[in-house]
Amino acid sequence: MSTIYILWHRQLKRYFRSRSRIIGALGQPLLYLLAFGFGFGPVFQKAGQGNYLEFLTPGIIAMSIIFTALFTGIEVIWDKQFGFLKETLVAPVSRIAIVLGRTLGGATVAVFQGSIVLILASVAGFKINNIYQLPLAILFMFLIALLFTALGTAIASQLEDMQGFQLIVNFLVMPLFFLSGAIFPLQGLPQALNIVAALDPLSYGVDGIRFALVGNSHYLLSLDLILLSGITFILVVIGSVLFSKIQI
Amino acid sequence: MSKTQPNIIQVTNLTKKYGDLIAVDSVSFNVAEGAIFAFLGPNGAGKSTTIKMLTTVLTPTSGKIVINGYDPILKQDLVRKSFGIVFQDPSLDDELTALENMQLHAVLYQLPRSLSQHRIEELLEFVHLADRKNNLVKTFSGGMKRRLEIARGLLHHPKILFLDEPTLGLDPQTRQSLWSYLQSVNKAEKMTVFFTTHYMEEAEKIAHHIAIIDQGKIISQGTAVNLKDQTKTTSLEEAFLKLTGNNIREEEASGVDRMRMRSRVWGGRR
Repeated sequence: MSTIYILWHRQLKRYFRSRSRIIGALGQPLLYLLAFGFGFGPVFQKAGQGNYLEFLTPGIIAMSIIFTALFTGIEVIWDKQFGFLKETLVAPVSRIAIVLGRTLGGATVAVFQGSIVLILASVAGFKINNIYQLPLAILFMFLIALLFTALGTAIASQLEDMQGFQLIVNFLVMPLFFLSGAIFPLQGLPQALNIVAALDPLSYGVDGIRFALVGNSHYLLSLDLILLSGITFILVVIGSVLFSKIQI
Repeated sequence: MSKTQPNIIQVTNLTKKYGDLIAVDSVSFNVAEGAIFAFLGPNGAGKSTTIKMLTTVLTPTSGKIVINGYDPILKQDLVRKSFGIVFQDPSLDDELTALENMQLHAVLYQLPRSLSQHRIEELLEFVHLADRKNNLVKTFSGGMKRRLEIARGLLHHPKILFLDEPTLGLDPQTRQSLWSYLQSVNKAEKMTVFFTTHYMEEAEKIAHHIAIIDQGKIISQGTAVNLKDQTKTTSLEEAFLKLTGNNIREEEASGVDRMRMRSRVWGGRR
């Protein structure tokens, strides 16, 4: 337990000490939020779909979470060779405790990052529908964060250097993000796209946050919660197993 | 070292294969308790691979290892508690302070707080970092980081300290002070020191016992005097060159080497 706690705490310390990274990582989500949010706003309105900024904000929150979370996971590649992680790999503690502490820490940090986007979106005009449902939104944010930290850890455990990272971002993360209903409504899509979205775990995460913050959703809330929790759990297990098999 | 000391490290027919490549080929050697043991060899000879197997981070293909009486595969945690290690590449958390790095180690090795607090102060004093303990490690020089890594490796009072090229890239002053410190701990605590280096005069001066590995095989071992007598040379460097030949070893750069290059460019340790 103390191992899990101290490694969780370590991730938080590292996050709060690197302000430049916090701000840097906000650039892309903010650009999406402002350019898309205000740019597509009038078209969205004309199509009878309501306020696009309200629709888009949960998606952009998810975006900032998945990138922050994935980065923590991917850091394992570097860290196992040139960083502190190697010190933990020879310590007399279980690898499962190490990977859980690290993953929970990375996920917590990603939720912070997502929360900053939520606050900034509110400044830009986003209104939370029901403040009492904020904990539900945080829960969904945390599940997404956990899922992607574990995914990053699982991938990083298998990679020897950073070369494959760009590949993963372009062929895995970007598709997961764009096909999740983060930036367009899933109603009335071509059947093929609908199936793809239904297979994308992030769809349920974005849908859950959107329900909690804006009040409407595409899938059933219970379905969002069960599917996302289940997939997250499986990925945490896979990430932990692969991590505990790392040899350096 | 007298022959009566029990062997704290026993390695028998240790082998590690990567597909067709045999990185370590049926290596056998012993290290007596309390000895300073130098493990020498050209690049790619199998030094680091051997250390990785001794320290539980790599599984051997075949052969037997006993560390402090335990098998690293079956009694992983007992072996891990027995040694401290300073890796070839940095392993500190740069975003944490020196003190925080030490505290993390204390928690990972389950040292009670009452004990660790005192020891941390003492060790930081000993490696001359006490007045910098609240500074972030990223502000430290290469020598300071090395000293901190050594202090950290000693925190749980290991029976064996592994050092993989501990003095690479350090100036003579820092190297001198590191070794005099390690020699004093070796004497006072009977702590076994197992190190690799490319500085032959360092090995000649410091090590009680030397093993030379080349292309995965141990080609000679003994005291520095033995090795010089055996090769009829006057320095360990000459003995080493005579035993291993003058060919420069060309290794293909692995992913790790590429990253190591980058870590240097981006202000890593060296």
